[in-house]
Amino acid sequence: MLGELGQLALCFALALSLVMSGAGLMGAKAGAGIHAELARRVATASALGLLVFVALAFGTLVTAFVTSDFSIADVANNSHTLKPLIYKITGVWGNHEGSMLLWVLVLSLYAGAVAFLQRGGERLTSAALGVQGLLAAAFLLFILFTSNPFLRIDPAPFEGAGLNPLLQDPGLAIHPPMLYAGYVGLSASFSYAAAALLVGEEGWARAARPFMLIAWMALTCGIALGSWWAYYELGWGGFWFWDPVENASLMPWLVATALLHSALATERSGAFRTWTLLLAIGGFSLSLIGTFLVRSGVLSSVHAFASDPTRGFFIMVLIVCAIGAALALFAWRAPTLKGGTSFDTVSRESALLLNNVFLVGSTAAVFVGTLYPLALDALTHGQQKISVGPPYYALTFAPIFFALLLLVPFGPQLGWRRGDLKASLRMLSPALGLAAVAALVVLTVASPRFVTGTLAFAVAGWLIGASILDFLKRRGARAAAFAAALAHAGLGVTLMGVTATSLWRSEALDVVGPGETMTVGPYTLRFDGVTQVQGANFQATQAHIALMDHGRVASVLKPESRVYPVEGQEVADTAIRTTGFSDLYLALGDNRGQGRWTVRAYVSPLAPFIWLGALVMALGGALSLWGRLRIRIGAASPAVQPAE
Amino acid sequence: MNAKKRRRLYFAAALVAAGGVLAVAIVYGLGNNVLYFYSPSDLAAKHVNPGVAFRIGGLVEKASVHHGAGADVRFIVTDGARDVPIDYNGVLPALFREGQGVVATGALDTSGTFEATEILAKHDEKYMPPEVVAALKRSGRWKEGGE
Repeated sequence: MLGELGQLALCFALALSLVMSGAGLMGAKAGAGIHAELARRVATASALGLLVFVALAFGTLVTAFVTSDFSIADVANNSHTLKPLIYKITGVWGNHEGSMLLWVLVLSLYAGAVAFLQRGGERLTSAALGVQGLLAAAFLLFILFTSNPFLRIDPAPFEGAGLNPLLQDPGLAIHPPMLYAGYVGLSASFSYAAAALLVGEEGWARAARPFMLIAWMALTCGIALGSWWAYYELGWGGFWFWDPVENASLMPWLVATALLHSALATERSGAFRTWTLLLAIGGFSLSLIGTFLVRSGVLSSVHAFASDPTRGFFIMVLIVCAIGAALALFAWRAPTLKGGTSFDTVSRESALLLNNVFLVGSTAAVFVGTLYPLALDALTHGQQKISVGPPYYALTFAPIFFALLLLVPFGPQLGWRRGDLKASLRMLSPALGLAAVAALVVLTVASPRFVTGTLAFAVAGWLIGASILDFLKRRGARAAAFAAALAHAGLGVTLMGVTATSLWRSEALDVVGPGETMTVGPYTLRFDGVTQVQGANFQATQAHIALMDHGRVASVLKPESRVYPVEGQEVADTAIRTTGFSDLYLALGDNRGQGRWTVRAYVSPLAPFIWLGALVMALGGALSLWGRLRIRIGAASPAVQPAE
Repeated sequence: MNAKKRRRLYFAAALVAAGGVLAVAIVYGLGNNVLYFYSPSDLAAKHVNPGVAFRIGGLVEKASVHHGAGADVRFIVTDGARDVPIDYNGVLPALFREGQGVVATGALDTSGTFEATEILAKHDEKYMPPEVVAALKRSGRWKEGGE
């Protein structure tokens, strides 16, 4: 029953998406006639209908997981009655079929929001709905033909196969929806950009701005959550591995960041018109490529659920069509757009241009590093298998991004069209002082001393100092005016965390028996043996490790090694004690007999700053968004722009 | 040439130069920092100098795992045709098992032992690292559906 309901909802959704694309494109074309008006209403209504039916299909699948309806193959393969409720729900997107349905749900949510908000002119909105409808139709076809989550199995098994225990984790439960809200959210900018090319409308950047901001914030949080999960769950103490799947989410983020900045200039002074359109197309294209990399099984990763070649082929055809059509449209229509006004060499526009050059350059470095191994493998028919690791990114990505960070503080201080570099430098000079202080503090406190570490802290001080000055300068302004300062300060916070954790992490690896001690960094740890603990659907071996302070027990940490009998797997559960400025991180290793265990311990200075900074960046985005929506709701002073 | 045109020309020249620097960095970075993957048979066929980092993968030979002092562990990786001894000082991944797939990163020492700096095992029961599957297929030891 549930299966049929979900299946039916998907079919209705497909029909509505086709109506939506047809009506949307017609409504964009026909101008002011009565037919055009009707087409636009049909497009709006079917966008909302699409959302309702996709949500119904998704709700059906969630119900099937919650009630453990094992007559549905997807549930039987990926769930189990003994799983805690939360992991029954999150298990919906812990597999290929369910995660593709989530993908389409997010796409429909954005379609619904575009239809509901009606930002920009009515022709622009209509065309954007048309493009969004085409995307929805393509992915619904993909789901129905290659990845149907509602397929039945007969006879239904009594029990399901369970979910990969690595995925049974609260951090990972919200990571995919968050990441998708960002990834797929770029579809709205893509649709608006394509719509702008179709109708020759120039106000698209302002219309699409809230969607860009939401997508960028979600992507920022999603990447941070994924990195945090890798940090505490994988037990290696690392937070970023330059894994192709991580890169697949980083590339859209870099381009989305470039887009946010470039669109600002387009909106304000009409500069970079065509370039901003290209970025909007490129951002979503990288999302699609990322989806292909992750979903087609070409990568070996915890994310690669599917290894069905027809799926990979289908997604590849879909990507080639979407990107190809968008670029063709761009090549055809972009030359007809008017050029922007001119600006001085020293101006806000120039700063935003440099921002874009650096961001796109760093994206190119990540792109080559991610795809070169795959290309080489394909070209040599599997004879040459290589992997590209951190040293490559340290040589290419890091210097570009470093140069970008160095220039960030100038942007918000330079005037539009014509800026005054000397005045900006004078205004920013106290930040140079903070940079010097940060460098000196690092030189005295941290050992060993690193040139790169000192420079990185100086830049972090420069970024945060400049943000504080910017705050003071804009005192009394509306909240949205502080968005850039907040986001840029977040960059500085993350930079400190990344640098300190990478350069000054202490590590210890010991085999210890009951009562024996080990030291890591400034800490002395006493191993007090292990106990067995019964979890909801796992059996855990829990170590008791006392953190000693002058012979007394300051606190007890309990890293675990969990066995999930249903899935037949073992997963480490780390114990982390944080002071906010440094993490003590323990992972329990192998049993060496006679009560002796290997224990891995790290002290990661400033590790929490990595994710705190990302949160601050996202808050900056939220401030900007709030300003936008408030202006729209209040509609009192549409002419006044938030000084971002 | 007016000022605006000259400025555009300078900008284009700077962009080309920046692109050139980026391209050189990427090519240089790829040339010196990629890790090749070899199966034990590949390793026997090629001559890899000690100290050159690469990745090796195959199955952990049954009854070959020996724990030494501290966290030291030794085992043998095989693709059915050739074996390579591996030495590792660290915590083995939770899914490390004899008879199952593993990928190690490291370099050979002068005696021909692979000194691993990182060991990756498969993520779950259904999953085998694709490199290992390919290596087993090449040595004829791969069976569809696992062991």
